[in-house]
Amino acid sequence: MVQPLNYLSETTSQTAGPYVHIGLAPAAAGFDIFEKNFSHVVAGPQTRGTRIRIEGRVLDGTGTPVRDVLVESWQANSEGRFNHPDDTQTKALDPDFRGWGRSCSDFDTGVFLLDTIKPGSVPWRDGRPQAPHISLWIVARGINIGLNTRLYFSDEESANANDPVLRLIEQEVRRKTLIAERQETPDGLVYRFDIHLQGDRETVFFDI
Amino acid sequence: MSSFGTNRPAGPREGDYYQRDLTVHPPAFTPIYKTSVTRSPQKALLSLEQGIGEITGPVFTADDLGPLDNDLILNYAKTGEPIGERIIVHGRVLDENGRGVPHTLVEFWQANAGGRYRHKKDTYLAPIDPNFGGCGRCLTDENGYYYFRTIKPGPYPWRNYVNSWRPAHIHFSIFGRSFTQRLITQMYFEGDPLIDVCPIVKTIPDPEAIKRLIAPLDLRATVPLDCRAYKFDIVLRGRRSTLFENRLEGN
Repeated sequence: MVQPLNYLSETTSQTAGPYVHIGLAPAAAGFDIFEKNFSHVVAGPQTRGTRIRIEGRVLDGTGTPVRDVLVESWQANSEGRFNHPDDTQTKALDPDFRGWGRSCSDFDTGVFLLDTIKPGSVPWRDGRPQAPHISLWIVARGINIGLNTRLYFSDEESANANDPVLRLIEQEVRRKTLIAERQETPDGLVYRFDIHLQGDRETVFFDI
Repeated sequence: MSSFGTNRPAGPREGDYYQRDLTVHPPAFTPIYKTSVTRSPQKALLSLEQGIGEITGPVFTADDLGPLDNDLILNYAKTGEPIGERIIVHGRVLDENGRGVPHTLVEFWQANAGGRYRHKKDTYLAPIDPNFGGCGRCLTDENGYYYFRTIKPGPYPWRNYVNSWRPAHIHFSIFGRSFTQRLITQMYFEGDPLIDVCPIVKTIPDPEAIKRLIAPLDLRATVPLDCRAYKFDIVLRGRRSTLFENRLEGN
C-alpha cells in the first residue's frame, strides 16, 4: 500500500449536442436574450493588421458538411503577441484585439466564417519562430471531446516549411491538411479552410 | 533520428498544463452514440508540447456580461416567470491541484421543464415556455465559485435508438485560463434513472468519471419555500509549478 496521490481528476467531456447555439450563440438558435453577444468578428475597427476572412466547412466521414458545428479561434495579434498575462513577450499588445472568436456553421451550407487579422509569428518553446497560425477548437453533435487543430496560410510557404509544429507531423502528405488556401476576392482577402473529421483527407488534430 | 524530430526537448516548464488523462474522457468513436460514427477522427491525435498559444486563452470580464445573465428564471421572463422546479446550481471550478480557477467564464444551456429546447431545429411536441430562454453565463469569483438560478430541465427524446431519452441535463462550457483547459460537458441530476441507460453518458468508459458529472441535491444551499439547490464542481486540467527543475528562460 502507498499513500494516495490525491490530485483531482479532470471533469469528463461530453458532446456539445445539436443545440449548442442556445447557450453559446443564441441568435443562431433563433432568439435574442443577451445584451452582448460573442461572434465570429475577431478584429474590431481599430485592430491593427491585415484584414482577412476565414471561410471554411467541417466535413464528416461521408464528405457531408457538418451543419451544426461550432468553431472557436485563438490567435496572436499582428505583432505575434497573445492578449493574456501568461504571454510575457515584450511585443506590443493591441488594446482592440482579444484574439478570440466564435463561429457557427450555416444550417444550410455548413460554412463558418471568421473575420480577423493575420497573426504575427510567435516563438515556439525553444525559441524557433512558428509560422503564422490560428488555433481552432471544434465542437458539435457527435464529437465527444472538442477537437484542436491549427490553421496555417498558403502564402507563408517558407515559414510553413520551417514551422516546428508542422514538422512534427511525420507524414508530410498530412501537413497540407492544415494550410488554408489564399483567395483574393472583390471583398478582400479570404482563406479557404475545410476541416475533414475522418477519412483519407482527415485533418491533423492535436492533443495539446 | 528522423527529420521531424530534430528539435531539442525543452523539458517541462513551470506553467505547462498536465497532459490530459484521456482515460477519463469518452473516445471519439463510440458507436452506441450513432452520430459519433462519421464524426470521429480515425487517425491518432498528434501530441503537442505547449507553446505560448496553448497556455494562454481568451480573457473575459464583467463588461462582457449583463446583470441577469446568471438568472434563467428572470432573463427571458416576458409575461411572468417560467413553469417548473425552481433550482439553484452552484459549485466551484477547480484545477487538478484543487485550486479555484478565478474569473473564468462559465456558460450553460438547457431545455425547459418539459424537455423542449428554444431552438429552431428542435421540433419535439412538448411546448416552448414563453418565459424561458434556457441559457445563461457567469464569471467565477476570486475563489472559483459560480452560481445560477434556473428551472430543472425535463428529459428529452432523441433519434438515436427508436426509444432514446436523455436524462435531465444542463450543458456547461468552461474556458479556464488557457486554451488547453477549454471544456464542454453536461451535468446530470442525482437519482435520475435515465442516466444509466443513456448512450451519451455511456460513451464515458470510467464509472467514477460518470459519477463526477452527477450533481447531488444540496439541501443546505436551498432557499426555504423558494427553490432547491444542486452542487456541481468542475475540475479543469492542473498546471505544473516549479519543484527542482532548472528554470528556463521566460519563467
